[in-house]
Amino acid sequence: MFCLVLGVYLLGVHLAVHSRGHRDSARFSRDSLRTVPELSLTDLNGGAIHTADYKNKVVLANFWAAWCVPCAEEVPQFIALQKKYKGQGLQVIGFSVDDDAQELQSFYRKYQMNYPVVRSDIKLADAFGGVLGLPTTFVIGRDSRIHTKHNGTTDFPVLEQEVVALLKAAQN
Amino acid sequence: MNIQPARSRSLIVRASLLTVIAAAVASALAQDPAKKEDPLPPGSNQLIQAEELAQALKGARKPVVLYVGPKSIYAQAHIPGAENIGPVGRPEGMEKLRARAASLAKDSPVVIYCGCCPWDHCPNIRPAYAELKKAGFTSVRVLYLENSFGANWKDKGFPVTAGE
Repeated sequence: MFCLVLGVYLLGVHLAVHSRGHRDSARFSRDSLRTVPELSLTDLNGGAIHTADYKNKVVLANFWAAWCVPCAEEVPQFIALQKKYKGQGLQVIGFSVDDDAQELQSFYRKYQMNYPVVRSDIKLADAFGGVLGLPTTFVIGRDSRIHTKHNGTTDFPVLEQEVVALLKAAQN
Repeated sequence: MNIQPARSRSLIVRASLLTVIAAAVASALAQDPAKKEDPLPPGSNQLIQAEELAQALKGARKPVVLYVGPKSIYAQAHIPGAENIGPVGRPEGMEKLRARAASLAKDSPVVIYCGCCPWDHCPNIRPAYAELKKAGFTSVRVLYLENSFGANWKDKGFPVTAGE
């Protein structure tokens, strides 16, 4: 019984600390419906990515870096979202910012990332209207327009709601 | 019959003790070591707020502004006049900071900034501050950017310029 009390207490503290971190740094703002231009990119594995191919998908474009602690912490959650909603038309794309090539490859393998990662540059950031801080995640509808932009640590429950809404809306 | 109340009291005492221990352990776990030892806590004197820096940059004696974050952010937008040192969390950035610091008077007003990531997690700003303090700079301040350079400087309407 005592162990149970202790366990519940520690769990509560852990959850409180965890949620405080998100609350401190999560930012969300409505962005204008900018259209992402058609881009032809190459991912870490040498695969070709044409954004035009994603026209009928909901896309999460996550600008991140392996050296950025809160970015790295989010990767497992993006992996989970990709897995959960892939069949409904979600595609996550990671845009790596200023990462060392070897460190990035190592990170990609270690986390077994299930979505493509592209090395970002200024041109790419400009295509999304600028990325002046990490992590930054854009939610793009099947119309290729940016519906929302998350600056800073992502509020994943909110992000998931947006994804679900866009996936449903697209089916109607 | 008398044993039962004694046992109950014993259980209560033990439960209380364990609760106190659990609370202490939980409290220790709840402490964020980074915040506990943070040399640059929000609100401290070493920090300069965006409004104050923007005003200072309009004055006659402008501080030397050093950007110590990733190059891609600097290239997109940076504070006019800021020098691009690069990410000081990496050895090459640290070397560049040392080289630049060597050419400055120790009493020069210097402002450093990054804004690559949320404040608590920036890998560059604390090493840069520590290095300048270690080098003997007496007037170093750090631009407080809670979330990012974009959110806390550019989006607030403070001046920026682009280019490498």
